[in-house]
Amino acid sequence: MTTTTTVPGGNREVLTGWGCTAPSAATVWRPRTPTETAAALTTIGDRGAIPRGMGRSYGDPAQNAGGAVLDLTGMDQLWLDGTTGELAAQAGASLDEILRQAVPHGWFIPVTPGTRFVSVGGAIAADVHGKNHHRDGSFGSHVRSLDLLTADGATSTLTPDGPRAADFWTTVAGMGRTGVITRATIDMLPIETSLLRVDTDRFTSLDDLMARMVEADEHYRYTVAWVDSVNGTGDFRSVLTGGDHAALADLDARQSRDPLAYDPDVRLTAPPWFPARALNRWSVAAFNEVWFRKAPRHRRDELHTIADFFHPLDMVRGWNRVYGSGGFVQYQFAVPDARADVVGVALDRLRTAGAPSFLTVLKRFGPGNPAPLSFPTPGWTLALDIPAGVPGLAATLDALDEVVLGAGGRHYLAKDARMTPATFSAGYPRLADWRERVDTLDPTGRFMSDLFRRLLP
Amino acid sequence: MMNALHEPQSVVVLGGTSEIARAIVAELPPSHLRRVVLAGRPSPVLTEAVAETERDLAVRGSSAVVTEVAFDALDTDSHPAVIGALFAEDVDLVILAFGVLGDQEEFETDPAEAVLAARVNYVGAVSAGLLVADQLRRQGHGALVVLSSVAGLRARRSNFVYGSTKAGLDVFAQGLADSLVGSGASVLVVRPGFVRTRMTEGLAEAPLAVSPQQVAQDTLKGLRKGSHTVYSPAAIGAVMAGLRSVPRPLFRKLPI
Repeated sequence: MTTTTTVPGGNREVLTGWGCTAPSAATVWRPRTPTETAAALTTIGDRGAIPRGMGRSYGDPAQNAGGAVLDLTGMDQLWLDGTTGELAAQAGASLDEILRQAVPHGWFIPVTPGTRFVSVGGAIAADVHGKNHHRDGSFGSHVRSLDLLTADGATSTLTPDGPRAADFWTTVAGMGRTGVITRATIDMLPIETSLLRVDTDRFTSLDDLMARMVEADEHYRYTVAWVDSVNGTGDFRSVLTGGDHAALADLDARQSRDPLAYDPDVRLTAPPWFPARALNRWSVAAFNEVWFRKAPRHRRDELHTIADFFHPLDMVRGWNRVYGSGGFVQYQFAVPDARADVVGVALDRLRTAGAPSFLTVLKRFGPGNPAPLSFPTPGWTLALDIPAGVPGLAATLDALDEVVLGAGGRHYLAKDARMTPATFSAGYPRLADWRERVDTLDPTGRFMSDLFRRLLP
Repeated sequence: MMNALHEPQSVVVLGGTSEIARAIVAELPPSHLRRVVLAGRPSPVLTEAVAETERDLAVRGSSAVVTEVAFDALDTDSHPAVIGALFAEDVDLVILAFGVLGDQEEFETDPAEAVLAARVNYVGAVSAGLLVADQLRRQGHGALVVLSSVAGLRARRSNFVYGSTKAGLDVFAQGLADSLVGSGASVLVVRPGFVRTRMTEGLAEAPLAVSPQQVAQDTLKGLRKGSHTVYSPAAIGAVMAGLRSVPRPLFRKLPI
């Protein structure tokens, strides 16, 4: 006897990424179980399907114009083994929910990006990184196994060193092109407290900052620098924070009463009607000025909450709307240590171009992992948010692409919304291996997204 | 795919010899372009336009492939097949640019000529526009630029046949835009004033005359801003708003 599965959804919806640019319409399905996910896949037409999580990629990887999008946020169950710290999660489970469940039991997610509103499936598909990349690598390096539903309708459990290790690493950073990740197991990090012990330093010279960052890698599990990329005409000023999970001994008597307390809250919601012109060179310059001045010149052993330290932007719901209806792009690249100079070149060019960036973040990368499309490579990564309407931005970024590629660098697919196929392939020398593997997993291109239509036409 | 900064990879021009459409192609960022199709009635002018576009893109460092496709606005029976074939691959930007200006005096002495102009400018555009919209809806993305004219905004004694074809086209394109809301696709109606092209050669230049390059720049600006309508130059929008409220007896006597 056969039974038919009814999958929720099936309406045509216009989708964008977090940057609110390049909208396209797709039929959105909202499966709640792996069985419903498999059933949804049987209905897709010649424009294929792509999984989508919380929609936090900036560009178009979770869009599939004219095809199907599988919104997996309803598939969000998770199971934590409180003794071993092994987490099993469905693809749609968010890091937010994982932290709420795990932190009170003394476990932390091994890698968190700047927002906790990302799904496990998305974190693997983009192979996200955090402030601890120099020490712990990216998200994919902590995945023990993943269940992949492939184009043939079969679901297989893949591991990083098992018989299908190649398929595992093709899926990590594979941006959904190999199939649907339905479930994954992850090794969590034990913590004694929910606080971070943080050191902060301000710099007025980019060279000083970068020299200090190289040293800081040795001392801190987590480091990141915020750069004022707007103010001034000469050097760039910055704030470096370095930290690690606080031990019980670091807490005072009051804090020790509930050392694993965790209650992150969203304090503000950005209004949907935020005027496009509110964010301009002058308002962003003022914001950067305040941000720099509010940071202590030099402070040691300050205790921060997880939310304050890792996810400051999550306190404002819908902050992406402050860039107005025209949306924004995030430009993020990585360059090797030998070409650290590209960081200064990029900052200079974008300041000259009048690109107002709220959040310019500089970070060091440690060794990469075996995934051919994984973004992190040893060296430096710089990320800037820029409103899409800045005049001449397209040409400025095209020219910067050449500088980055010339330095042996690359761009991050989870952020990209504008590069060319040539820029993509030049940045990822193992792209051909990856494609070969994808062709065996999905020979007829059942999994497709706007990103891949744009970058692998 | 059109990227976040509105740089298309694949462009189709219906009316491939249109100087405005070709100026739009010339203004597009060459490094992102992969495919340009100039569709029109087979002629040496069209072949030359293809060769010229190819040369221009190559000079600007683009590896885009430029092709010529036979398309006749009058032959509406052929439209489904021709437009279907153009969309065998995704198209990010379609420029509906075909049209004839004609001569008002000739139209009045030979109504058959006027009918022909109406069939090209309006009937052909309705056929092609609906078919393109259908393809854009299917692929879930893409923009259609429709070259209208300020001549369609108010009847003028000196060119009302042409003006009425553009009026029909303009209203059609506005409705088509509304029909595409929620489809991922969009329509931009471009209303130029007097444009210095082959089409207007030998005519007395009207005030606020623009070059095809200016129209192209205004069009791309409209696409970037997600506009529904663009005037080129922008000032002619205000002028037309004023002219539309001028009483007819007075308007008839204006030297325009």
